[in-house]
Amino acid sequence: MTNFNRRSLLFRALAMGAVSTLPACDYEDPNNPDLADKFLHAMSAWNDRVQEALFNPHTLAPTFRPDQITNPPRFNAFYDISQAPVVDPSSFKLELGGQIQDKTSWTLAALNALPQTAQITRMTCVEGWRVIGEWEGVPLGDFLRRIGADTTCKYVSFKCADGYYSSIDMPSALHPQTILALKFLQQPLTPPFGAPIRLRISTKLGHKNSKSVVQIAVTNIYPGGYWEDQGYNWFSGS
Amino acid sequence: MRETKPKRRVIHPWPLRLTHWLNAVSIVMMIGSGWQIYNASPLFGFTFPPLVTIGQWLGAGIAWHLAFMWLLVINGLAYFIWSAVSGHFRKFFPLSPQAVWRDMVAALTFKLPHDKGVYNAVQKLLYQGVLFAGVVIVISGLAIWKPVQLWFFCDLCSGYFVARYVHFFAMSAIAAFLVVHLLLVAMVPKVLPPMITGGRIEK
Repeated sequence: MTNFNRRSLLFRALAMGAVSTLPACDYEDPNNPDLADKFLHAMSAWNDRVQEALFNPHTLAPTFRPDQITNPPRFNAFYDISQAPVVDPSSFKLELGGQIQDKTSWTLAALNALPQTAQITRMTCVEGWRVIGEWEGVPLGDFLRRIGADTTCKYVSFKCADGYYSSIDMPSALHPQTILALKFLQQPLTPPFGAPIRLRISTKLGHKNSKSVVQIAVTNIYPGGYWEDQGYNWFSGS
Repeated sequence: MRETKPKRRVIHPWPLRLTHWLNAVSIVMMIGSGWQIYNASPLFGFTFPPLVTIGQWLGAGIAWHLAFMWLLVINGLAYFIWSAVSGHFRKFFPLSPQAVWRDMVAALTFKLPHDKGVYNAVQKLLYQGVLFAGVVIVISGLAIWKPVQLWFFCDLCSGYFVARYVHFFAMSAIAAFLVVHLLLVAMVPKVLPPMITGGRIEK
């Protein structure tokens, strides 16, 4: 190795590194998207379509043994656990809206009187971690049919007691493991985990599992969501 | 009387150059955005500094990652198909541990000649290794993205939890390859122009 010079080697390595200068795109101002944001939005919409095509209504999420349940359970929200909304169960009413024949609101007692189903499934967070929990409640598909929802509509939207909101596609809403959960770990839901009722959808990421739901609507108009409007992928299927 | 032109052939045919540079872009984007996603829920006791991550928060990191995965996979498939059809893959064989040891020693003592268009045993090993890591990173990535719908990929990685580690180590292997790859280019810079222009050698 004759013409070998350590300094020039270092400079060359640095120059190659500089080629990979990183884009400073942030998705930070959804109301004023720059070119990169528009590109990312278009790709996210494409990924929504791919996930819709990939979704098989008969594919079930894996279920787990009771001893695999994550204990203690992990709290997660866009606020601290002390700020979880406390909803009075006796005065609670689940409001219905949109393309639904019978929009009479539901009390907690009436929801508890419906046939229930239980599942031990994995909840995967968009951040990468996962927990395993046991949820019990009313299959959302059964509930939608009972209230005369137009199941040919595209979206089911959820509004929550803490101001959170989200929406899911109709095929995922009708999936047998998608439930309006009333119990968590065999006990009625507590405020940090979505009391009095939450959506438990094991075919989607955690942020699609709306907690403390106060209104459900069926619609063809894209409802968006708290995180989705900031840049998270809307379909967010598992 | 006809003059006989010396026969020359291209060192790097255009499909190789095209897929190489598209892959370079996608790898940088995937690793940078992947590090941003990693930081949201680190597997180990460290995070990646914001200077080297792509996307300034988790949502942007995921958006970049799930946008450029299409370039990585489609371009990767194009490369595999072209390599199989054109016989390019034959350049990675044969490969024996003895040959790797011989060329490794020669390389470390700076006695390994650089023959244009021919891969030495260490190169063959590195290319085979990084192609394998590429397959693993796509399979584990699909397992993490769709653990329910693509459950077979998730099972192949021993479940969602393990799949994240598999994905991380495959990234580490590719990043390590990249360091060696760039160092070698810096040491033997004459190999860079042919990867852009194609280069010509006498047959």
